[in-house]
Amino acid sequence: MATVTMPQLGESVTEGTIIAWLKQPGDPIKLDDPLCEIETEKVTAELPSEYEGTMGQILVPAGEVAPVGAPLCEVEVAGEAPAPAPAAPTGEATPAAAAHAEPASGGGWSGGPMAIPPDEPPASFPAPTGNGHEPARRPAASPAREPVATAPRPGKPDDRSRFYSPAVMRLAREHGIDLAALTGSGIGGRVTRKDVEAYVQHPPETAPATPSPTTAAAPATREAAPPAAAGPFETVTLSATRKTIAANLVRSNLEAPQAWTMVEADVTGLVALREREKAHFQQQEGVELTLLPYFTAAVCESLRAFPMLNARWEGEELRRYHALDIGIAVATDHGLVVPVVHGAGDLSVAGLAKRIADIAQRAHARRLRVEDVEGGTFTVNNTGSFGSIASKPIVNHPQVGIVTMERAVKRPVIRDDDSIAVRWMMNVCLSFDHRALDGLEAGQFLTGLKHRLEAIS
Amino acid sequence: MAEMTVIEAIRSTLAEELTSDDRTFILGEDVEAGGVFRATEGLAARFPGRVIDSPLAESSIIGISIGAAHYGMRPIAEIQFADFIHAGFDQLCSEASRWSYRTKGDSWLPMVVRTPWGGGVHGGQHHSQSIEAYYCHMPGIKVVAPSFPADYRSLLRAAIEDPNPVLFLEHKRTYRLIKQDVDDAPAETRLGRSRITRRGNDLTIYAYGLMLHESLAAADTLAGEGIDCTVVDLLTLNPLDKETVLEAAKMTGKVLIVHEDTLTGGFGGELAALIAEHAFEYLDAPIRRVAGPDIPAMPFHHAMEGFFMPNRDKIAAAARDLAAY
Amino acid sequence: MAAVRTRRDRSQTRIDDYLLSEAQLEEMYYHMLLARRLNERMLALNRQGRAPFVIAGAGQEAAQVGAAMALKKGIDYVAPYYRDLGVNLVFGMDAREAMLNLLAKRDDPNAFGRQMPSHWGNRERHVVTQSSVVATQLLHAVGIALAAKMRNDPIVVLASCGEGSTSRGDFHEALNFAGIHKLPVIFYIENNGYAITERTDKEMAIEHVADRARAYGIHGAVVDGMDAIRVYQTVAPAVAETRGGGGPYLIEAKCYRLWAHSSDDDDSRYRTKQELEEWARKDPIKLFRERVESDRIFPPEDLDEIEQRVDDEVKEAAQWAASQPDPAPEDALGFVYKEL
Repeated sequence: MATVTMPQLGESVTEGTIIAWLKQPGDPIKLDDPLCEIETEKVTAELPSEYEGTMGQILVPAGEVAPVGAPLCEVEVAGEAPAPAPAAPTGEATPAAAAHAEPASGGGWSGGPMAIPPDEPPASFPAPTGNGHEPARRPAASPAREPVATAPRPGKPDDRSRFYSPAVMRLAREHGIDLAALTGSGIGGRVTRKDVEAYVQHPPETAPATPSPTTAAAPATREAAPPAAAGPFETVTLSATRKTIAANLVRSNLEAPQAWTMVEADVTGLVALREREKAHFQQQEGVELTLLPYFTAAVCESLRAFPMLNARWEGEELRRYHALDIGIAVATDHGLVVPVVHGAGDLSVAGLAKRIADIAQRAHARRLRVEDVEGGTFTVNNTGSFGSIASKPIVNHPQVGIVTMERAVKRPVIRDDDSIAVRWMMNVCLSFDHRALDGLEAGQFLTGLKHRLEAIS
Repeated sequence: MAEMTVIEAIRSTLAEELTSDDRTFILGEDVEAGGVFRATEGLAARFPGRVIDSPLAESSIIGISIGAAHYGMRPIAEIQFADFIHAGFDQLCSEASRWSYRTKGDSWLPMVVRTPWGGGVHGGQHHSQSIEAYYCHMPGIKVVAPSFPADYRSLLRAAIEDPNPVLFLEHKRTYRLIKQDVDDAPAETRLGRSRITRRGNDLTIYAYGLMLHESLAAADTLAGEGIDCTVVDLLTLNPLDKETVLEAAKMTGKVLIVHEDTLTGGFGGELAALIAEHAFEYLDAPIRRVAGPDIPAMPFHHAMEGFFMPNRDKIAAAARDLAAY
Repeated sequence: MAAVRTRRDRSQTRIDDYLLSEAQLEEMYYHMLLARRLNERMLALNRQGRAPFVIAGAGQEAAQVGAAMALKKGIDYVAPYYRDLGVNLVFGMDAREAMLNLLAKRDDPNAFGRQMPSHWGNRERHVVTQSSVVATQLLHAVGIALAAKMRNDPIVVLASCGEGSTSRGDFHEALNFAGIHKLPVIFYIENNGYAITERTDKEMAIEHVADRARAYGIHGAVVDGMDAIRVYQTVAPAVAETRGGGGPYLIEAKCYRLWAHSSDDDDSRYRTKQELEEWARKDPIKLFRERVESDRIFPPEDLDEIEQRVDDEVKEAAQWAASQPDPAPEDALGFVYKEL
């Protein structure tokens, strides 16, 4: 019997929500069969099985949140003797109980089990010889703080089972681990960094689904019945994606002083070109040709001329990137996602068209991989697709610039010779992090983009 | 070129630099006859007038090198034993270290002060000292302490070519003890870089000079016991390669700093502070130092000298405790 | 960086008794006077609370200007000490720069606000940067002389210091090395009678610092440092001789510190008014004017005109420098290491 655990889908991701189980107990499972669908702050993905055999017990029902590394389900592995029916958990002795007694998971510093009574000296350290070490005197812990679950070596004066080093605390936070569930291999039963890492990689099979406090508290998001239409309002349950979008936008607005500017471009030539090419392109390449790949190609050229916009404001430093990894904002029914066309600067319009079509399709189907959404250096937003003719985008933090492609509309235009002509006009809007650059550079970039768009025919 | 000792690495590099750059010259006590450690043997005859015996006066060796460097030469001063450099402390501290700073870069000093340091040679109190801590406390002076012959070659060249005063520390016990095939060995060519010489998941040892070799020996022993050590060869002590130091600390979370210098105020304190400040959340154990005891200097008698000097056994013992923590 | 303005009709011909031309004599007077007037203005600014610290060379102008003029500007090097405003003026510093230095302004070409005033240094002008630690510069001068000798560059280095500095080990080490290698260096001691509060009899058991030359196998000379012309006449031949490979010189200029050690010192604690008045009669600037007037080298109105010019320059320089930018706090950073 193998246990399938919550994978870490993306750096810094600590938990995921089971959206749906795609296999039910008893279903046959082949290698890489999708077991369930998981949503995290970064991506939504299917979890492919690493085992062949038969689906066993589901440990985390759909709609619930589980920390990275938590057991999700069991699989009866083909070729192994069938495991006896899992015995019912025996209650108070389980680590789950311990977890509740000592809320550690994701707790960081406050309330975490930094169990040094106030007057205990910091971890004393053996003399160089390692002999004759006098253990630190440990006063009796107050009963109120005493965890329900017993420590590995309770009462022993050199017990370090509840002394957690900074490294251990950090790892526990990152992986959402309840440290009380671990047995330490260090001095005095101390849980070491390596213990935590080993636990993350190979959680003990006997460990039941350790529901962390977060899990217990998490509302069922997907399968909950719609709230009754009573009362003055209804509370909309926020999906992880929605929460992430919200947090990122707040952060961007709080941290980056953003300026906005707009130019209008005469895209008559571009519109005509696309009209000429689209049928042939569809036939040849199998994807629809829109204005977006042309626009993205022009953005790439402008970024190359004004590389200060192809940058990220990371903490205290501004990093200007050599590669053009362009985020393309995609509105899906499950929220806004910004998959990245990596190496966009190296692609032709046709190449861009195919890549954009691919990521957009996968975004709608929730089939983006972690690497699809990471590492963007600049963002393009096709707001024209909603019919907008001017919009004020919010910079995709920590990037420093975002540009919109507004809807191309026919308008009367007064030309240089004072004649009036009907032209396809498109507004292009830029928001930028004013810390990273000034209006002059932003204006130069935008004007450059305008000229490039107008030069297409 | 094949295998060479530390002293051969230094001598050959000096000869190469004297050949390739006519601004270089050597100034120091007994250097015309080859020096007491034979680092300059044969050079006075090959480069007439450019290997200059100085009187027994360390302040003048450094002060005159400052003047010559200011004029555009590239003096390579030799202080016969690091223990005697203190007579030139004022010239290094009050003058050389500030030459560029106090003129906002209008003037600068491309000079090197080479000096043999460290114990283990029955040198007693005044032929065994570690002096790096004094000079690492002097912004404006670069302090280099290589361990392997190939690095001695590449870093001595880098020091000579650097536009700043460089204190080039040569561990005298390793002069003939350590041999290396310098053609195939890694050689750091930039000042200010450290090297992760060995990678292991259990703990990280920082060392330089003779102690680097002792640390590597300890790491070999420990590997047989299932304890895998990362070993960092610091190479340049000032300016310190903070990035590599922190990277290595974060790899294991257990830090063991080794130096011969006495414990209090030793360079290990700075390393420990740096790691505690910037890698706190990665630490899995108290930072541990293995260093000379806080007595004024290394005693002469071999039993007491052995007591003073850290070695592979002491390092391994400390590492075992740290691994078990 | 105004060039010294001598009248166009001033003769360049050397006057026998002086070994100097009329043009040189005018330059000499101008520099001595400029040094003094600058120092006076600086002290006034200090007393007004506008300059934190002044350390001056009043009484030593003849010793400084006379010696510096014996060198070749742009070729020879000087490693001066903090009283050597006169040396620096001869080597190209102007009144405005002296005031920038006093006020530690951002653009002070000596130390950019990073050192106390009067810590000179300018690579291009061959003025070696100096610290507050006395006598260290003597070794730097020896290093330059050694390098020049190795390079076969026909330069001379003049390293100056007060007699107080001659007690330091670096003085001994410098003379010893220079003597061994017969280097083209002149150790120039401005013996002004005091090391802060200590009279020379507390600093040495001999009467003349120059007597020490013999112990190092180098030439020694003593000159009346209150007489700029005599100073020049002593230093110039020594410069020529050492340039020609004749070995180093130790020249002692006997002069007098007319002012307290610094703006922070009260010299009435350790010397009498009577002593001061006696020496004031030998004021080197006064002596110079009396001699050139009595020898009818210049009509008095020419000398008056120089004085007026100097007064105007100093006044303008002080006003100008006060309006110049200060360093920003973060200018404290940078140039710890030179990057080429």
